[in-house]
Amino acid sequence: MTIKHHVGDDLLLSYGAGTLDEAMSLLVATHLALCPTCRADLELAEAVGGVLIDRTPTDTAVDEAMLEAVLDGACQDDNAGAPALRASNEALVLPQPLYNYAGGDADTLRWRSAGGGIRQVLLKTVGAGTTARLLSIPARKSVPRHGHRGVEATLVLAGSFYDRDAWYRRGDVGIASPEVVHRPVAGPEQDCICLAVTDARLEFRTPIPRLLQPFHGI
Amino acid sequence: MSLQLIAVAKDRDREAFEILFRHFSPRVRAYLVHRGSDTKNVDDILQDVFATVWQKANLYDHQRASAAAWIFTIARNRRIDALRNERRPEFDPQDPALQRNPVPGGEETFIAWQHAKTVRIALDVLSDEQREVLRLSFYEGESYSAIAVRLGIPLGTVKSRARLAFARLRTELGSKREDL
Ligand SMILES: [Zn+2]
Repeated sequence: MTIKHHVGDDLLLSYGAGTLDEAMSLLVATHLALCPTCRADLELAEAVGGVLIDRTPTDTAVDEAMLEAVLDGACQDDNAGAPALRASNEALVLPQPLYNYAGGDADTLRWRSAGGGIRQVLLKTVGAGTTARLLSIPARKSVPRHGHRGVEATLVLAGSFYDRDAWYRRGDVGIASPEVVHRPVAGPEQDCICLAVTDARLEFRTPIPRLLQPFHGI
Repeated sequence: MSLQLIAVAKDRDREAFEILFRHFSPRVRAYLVHRGSDTKNVDDILQDVFATVWQKANLYDHQRASAAAWIFTIARNRRIDALRNERRPEFDPQDPALQRNPVPGGEETFIAWQHAKTVRIALDVLSDEQREVLRLSFYEGESYSAIAVRLGIPLGTVKSRARLAFARLRTELGSKREDL
């Protein structure tokens, strides 16, 4: 499996910085499980975070009491809160991060009709304006032509889809910016299962910065 | 500092931990303070971060990260937990569905940037504008939209500066991305 369409450096960087909302972070984390290349790039992003922290000038004194408290602290249970891992199995559709949110693998979920033969499972994430859901599109079927209120990122988990001159397969991420109107089509080999995340908040892109411009001398 | 962290991991070395704590705790504190939360809260999170460093040092892999980078990730995650009250989805290295690197030994060999010094030099090559976007994003924890508002520039410009900065860093550090 060779991934052709990565999450993109801007998303990967903001995931590394910890500024991405939960729904989009879920998409990035799932792509990372499937993409060794982006895992290496994430390490670069985190190295940047390390250097920036390390470089911070600081004049606050060290909290001696805290140092003692940490050294004398009771050991926490190492495995507390860690999700149980599944047995190794070639047929797993959902990588662990997504599996944790969905509460099962694709074949055990309660799919609901989204019209036109397409089925979906909504995933619960925090953050106004962003939504994450699993979609299952029947083989050869197309998603109705649609536009976007915000950015839409789609990560393929099974099967494939074709959109605007490119094929997307397991691990690939398609990004549609707000101006895009498209009609993705599922590949013929099997139903296409994908994670779709939309961020409608990005809509307000231009007006606010314009208002602020005079104050910044631009 | 990575040597100290390795000593903590291997021998639970208290002196090594003290060196780490004296160096990093005021810096991590400054990082946490930037989100404008109150002092009490910051101290709780800070103590939590260093309790994790002390107790989970065995999870530190010096082949993959500098001590600073590893401590950064812990502080970043705690900040998300505590201040935004969100979960942080992360990939799991033990995930049976994880796609391994097809190149033998590739997971280890193509990491060229664990040396903080190399990354520091590379950061200095960036333009001031690119470095500022990285600083606001990583250090002050601002989203791209917030940075756009703050700098009075379009969101697209912020994103392209971030992308250019990252591409430049990758080139400077001689990434092997093309070989995969
Ligand atoms: Zn990737």
